[in-house]
Formats: sequence, structure tokens, C-alpha cells
Amino acid sequence: MTDFSGQIINLCAALLLLVAFGMLSQRRVLSLINLFAAQGLILTISTAVVAYSSHQSHLYYSAALTLVLKVILLPWILHRLIRKLNVKWDIETLFNIPATMLIGIVLVIFAFNLAAPISQMAGTITKSTLGIAMASVLLSFLMMITRSKAVPQVIGFLAMENGLFFAATSATYGMPMVVELGIALDVLVGMFILGIFFFQIRETFDSLDLKHMEKLKED
Amino acid sequence: MEILWVLAIPLLGGVLLALFGCRRFAPELNSLMSFATLIAATALTIRVINDGPITALNEQFFVDSFNVFLVALTAFVGFTTSLFSRPYMRIEQDRGKLTVNMLRLYHSMYQLFSFTMLLALLTNNLGILWVAMEAATLTTVLLVSLYRTPASLEAAWKYFILCGVGIAQALFGTILLYFAAEKVLGAGGNALLWTHLNGVKGQLEPTVLSLAFVFLLVGYGTKVGLAPLHNWLPDAHAEGPTPISAVLSGLLLNVALYAVVRSKVLVDGALGNHFAGNLMMGFGLLSVVMAAFFLSRQKDVKRLFAYSSIEHMGLTTFAFGMGGPVATFAAMLHMTVHSLTKSAIFFAVGHATQKSGTQFIADIRGLIQTNPTIGWGLMIGSLAILGMPPFGVFASEFMILTTAMHSYPWTTPFLLVALGVAFAAIFGKVQTMVFGETTGQRLPHPPALLPVFAHLALVLLLGVYIPPYLANWYRQAVALLG
Repeated sequence: MTDFSGQIINLCAALLLLVAFGMLSQRRVLSLINLFAAQGLILTISTAVVAYSSHQSHLYYSAALTLVLKVILLPWILHRLIRKLNVKWDIETLFNIPATMLIGIVLVIFAFNLAAPISQMAGTITKSTLGIAMASVLLSFLMMITRSKAVPQVIGFLAMENGLFFAATSATYGMPMVVELGIALDVLVGMFILGIFFFQIRETFDSLDLKHMEKLKED
Repeated sequence: MEILWVLAIPLLGGVLLALFGCRRFAPELNSLMSFATLIAATALTIRVINDGPITALNEQFFVDSFNVFLVALTAFVGFTTSLFSRPYMRIEQDRGKLTVNMLRLYHSMYQLFSFTMLLALLTNNLGILWVAMEAATLTTVLLVSLYRTPASLEAAWKYFILCGVGIAQALFGTILLYFAAEKVLGAGGNALLWTHLNGVKGQLEPTVLSLAFVFLLVGYGTKVGLAPLHNWLPDAHAEGPTPISAVLSGLLLNVALYAVVRSKVLVDGALGNHFAGNLMMGFGLLSVVMAAFFLSRQKDVKRLFAYSSIEHMGLTTFAFGMGGPVATFAAMLHMTVHSLTKSAIFFAVGHATQKSGTQFIADIRGLIQTNPTIGWGLMIGSLAILGMPPFGVFASEFMILTTAMHSYPWTTPFLLVALGVAFAAIFGKVQTMVFGETTGQRLPHPPALLPVFAHLALVLLLGVYIPPYLANWYRQAVALLG
């Protein structure tokens, strides 16, 4: 039984990595949001499976929290936002996707090496997935660097939080509940503030392209 | 019980000001709430001095002499800044830069920002510390973009993204710390309580803890403004309203550094070597040197003093990194005097920019002629921050330098050159602003100068005479930090 759930968790981890690469190369804002929701769903499933196989009942709550926050609420807010901001069909021109992907592969190898000594110490059934969790954090970071539009950058930021959450479940069966609730609150409040912020940016710059924001530089 | 008051008052203030923030009396209500917070913080301080460290609410909150001095400082500067913000924000409103709704947002967020900082200081749970630090960013990001100018939006976006990414690293560090702690303390909420961790720090897995510290230092270090992670800081300070620059510089940076120092204590215990200290010294020294050389290139007066904050936070981080009784004592004194002096400077700078209608150093002239108190406030404040005796900054810098000469002689030339360059840069620029023919205009509301001189008087006092109870208080904290 644990073997089977172990397999499912590994499958989820692999899918998570795939989604992270998908986000890296996705140019449509709408599809990015769907990928983000898919990432949340994979997280929910893997957290629930970990909860079931390790009998950590508090992980069911975090799975439920993930489902509500990252699969339903945040994607819904993002969908509303891009509809109101009229950027639903926006396509970003990304330069050199293959090069970005190659850098991504290097990052994955780096993450696995960094995580290897820690996963050996972990007593959880999910320990092999810690490398993937770190890799998806780094890949989201890369995504934020390569994007110049506001919405994709924020999705990268949220995806990074997903990666961190996955790291917490795979290394330690999740953080204490009070901390997880606090983090969820921060993410939600952050999203609302960003929503307000998008409108302010568009009002001032007539666009959500951050290339307009390069005034503040040291000369 | 006092702990709850310290946290409940600013939280209540945030709610009240969200409701009544558009009324005429909102600035006074803001000051009143900050004053009530200060009273609660004083009561807490007295209790901790008399009874020693206390915990509350199932050990979720913890106060010892290290964080209580920061709580007192935060509440004090929070109160004086609210006094300064009264005339400052009224002038901004009269000039049509702000609407009533923006003021409501400002006042409510000001209180919530105090709340998040006090929560970060008082919590015993390192996870909640992270949550509070992130919340502190969230409450101030809309304040940085309050004026809705293109530059302020850019600054706020940079602030949000850089601090958000930075603090995500700190979350990973916290996860690693929990991972190590769980092996010793067992799973559950108690494994992240600092007091529990401190009790078992010798048993924590060293490799995990050293990796955790790297992430925590990079994460919280972004908020401290350590080079090379400081990019958000000058922009956020320059583009936001001046009271926010004062609290960001005087308080938020301290609180972030507090988080780093708390983690350092655990890592030192687990590793038994100087790994954490060396990292902090490296980042600190880099920040001091980098900031000093950027100072002379600044054209905007608020950016100038923002870089000076990077320099001083670097110096404090360096001193905490050196460790030992004298350096830690000096670091805490430096935290106190820097935060008092820098907020006083921002108060003076705030009114100076309002008088001149610009933040460009080249266009600010002859402050002493039109308003001698603002001019002298800026001049004396700058001399104090540059480490002139007899001000308190001189005392702390002197102690840091002598310890560095003694323990790490190779760092002294870097520090001395950086301090010299900083002196030349800031003094030269402040002189042209203070003296000469004036370009200023009268302010519609009398400027708040009491906070400026109250802060500078305290800094002067700390330079010539540290009251025995305060010295004792610092020494207790030094003993705790080891």
C-alpha cells in the first residue's frame, strides 16, 4: 500500500516538474493561469496521498486549504483580473525559449545535488521529491526573471510559493498548522494588493508591461 | 498580558482608522493609538526589566531583554513618526497630492505596519516571524505607491517583487530549520518555538542548519537591505511619503536584522563554529563599502539617506557577525542610535523637501535662512549619523572599530575608508542644502520639530552617558546572544 502511494507521490512530483517547465515556456497569460491551477491540483492530490499514507491528519487540512486557495480562489481572482484588465488574450514575446529551457535543466540538476544530502536525512516517505520541490522553486524564480509583464511575473511568484509548500510537505510532512494558515493569509492578502496594484500600474502606464518601469536606476 | 495590549492596540488602531481615516481628526487618532502602543510597550519593558524573560499564551509569545529593547524602540519611533506625519500629511493633502481615501489607507496601514513589526518581534514561533515579516511588506507596498506617480509605482513593484522573492528564501530556510528541529523536538507547533529550539540547539543537525542559515540570511537580509540585495531600498525610501521612509529605515530594517540574529544564535549553537558570523561579516562589510561609494553619486536627498541606511545596517550586521560582548553591545547600541538619528533626519528632510517643493539636492538651498530649526535639525542630524562625537553613533562606531582592529585587523582599512567616503559625500551635500541663499516657501502648517530634536537629544545623551539600567539591559541581551 505504501508502495503504491509512494508511486503516486513520485508521479505527482514528476508532473509538478513538467508543469514548472510548461510555465517557463508558456506565452499565453490565460494558459499560464490554467497551468498554475493545475499545479495547485497536483499539490492537493500529493498532499492528500501523503496524509493518507503517513496518517498525518493535519495534512488533510492543508490539502483542503491548498484546494480552496490555489485551485479555486487564486485562479478565479486571476481570471477576473485579466478579464477586467483586458489582457486575457495577451501573448508575450519570449526570447529564446530553448535557451531558457536549457538553463532550467541546469537548475534542476543543481537542485537535485543541493537536496541530496538533506533527503538522505529525511524520514518521510516523500524524501525523494525534495529535489523536485527545490527545482520547481528555482524554475519559478527563472520564470520571474525572464518575464517582463506584470501578470506572468506574479504567477511565477505564486508558483514559487507552491514549490516551497511542496518542499515543506516532502521534507517534514508540512509546517505547523498555525504557520501554514499564516502563509495562506499572506498569499491571499498579497494577491488582493497585487490586484489593486495592477490597476494602478495600468492607469499610469497604459500597459502592464514592466519595460516601461525602468526609470529608477543608478546613473 | 502587556504583550497582548502591545499587539491589540495597533491592530485596533488599524481597524478604527480604516473606518474613520477620512475624518478631520484621523492624524490625531493615529498619534493617539501610537501613543497608547508606546504606553503598553513601556509597561511591558518595565515588567521584563523587573521579572526577567516572560512567555505568554502557551509560549507563543516570548520577551527577553533583546527583543524588549526593540519593542520599546519600535513603539517610541512609531509614536514620534506619527507626530511628524500629522503636519506632513496635512501639507501634502493641502497641496492636492493626496485624496481623503489615500489618507485613510495611509493611516490604517501605518497602524497595521506597527502591528506586524511588533508581532515579528514578540512572537516565539519562527514561522509566525516569517508571516509577520511578509505582512510588513504587504502593509507598506501600497504606501510606497501612495502618490501614484510612475516612479512610485515602479518603486513599489520592485519592493514587492524583490522582498517577496527574498522572503521566499527565508521561508525555505524556516522549512529547513523545522526539518532539523522536528528530529529533536518531534512534529507539531512546538518545534518552531525559539525558546524550545534554543534549549536543544546543540543537538540540531549542523549541515541542515548551515544551509538553513544561508537561506535565512539571504531572505531576511534582502529586507535588511544588505548588498547586493539592496536594490529595492533606495527606491522605496525615495518614492514613498517621508513618514514611511522614516519607519522603513528606522524600524523595519531593525526588525529584519532581529530575525537574522535570532537565527544566528541557533546556528552558532548547532555548529559550534563561526560560520554564521563570517557570513554576516561578509555581507555587512560589502554593504558598508558599496553604500559609501554610492552615496556621493546621489542627487535625491531621500535616496542619499537611504544609502546611508544601507551603510549603517551593514555596519550593524558586521558587528553582530563579529560577536563577542563588546561588538554585540555596540551592535545593539548602533541599532538604537541609527534608528533614532535616521528617523530624525527623515523628519527634517521631509519638511525641507516640502519647503523647496523638490527632492533634488541641487534645488534645496538655504534651509537655515527660512527655517533655522529645520536647517539645524538636518545639519545636526547629519553630523550625528556621520559619527561625530559626542553623539551616540560615535560611541557605537568607535566600539565596533576597535573590536574589528583587535579581532579582524584586515577589515579596519575597508571600514575606515568607507566611513571617510561617506562623511565627505553626506557632509558636502548637506552643507549646500543648509546654507546659502534660500529658495524655500512657507509651509501652510507649522512643521513638527519636536520629534527631530527629541530624537537628537536622546542620541546625544546616549553618546555621553548610557544610563546604568540601559547598559544593564544591553548586557543582559549580550549574555543571551552569546
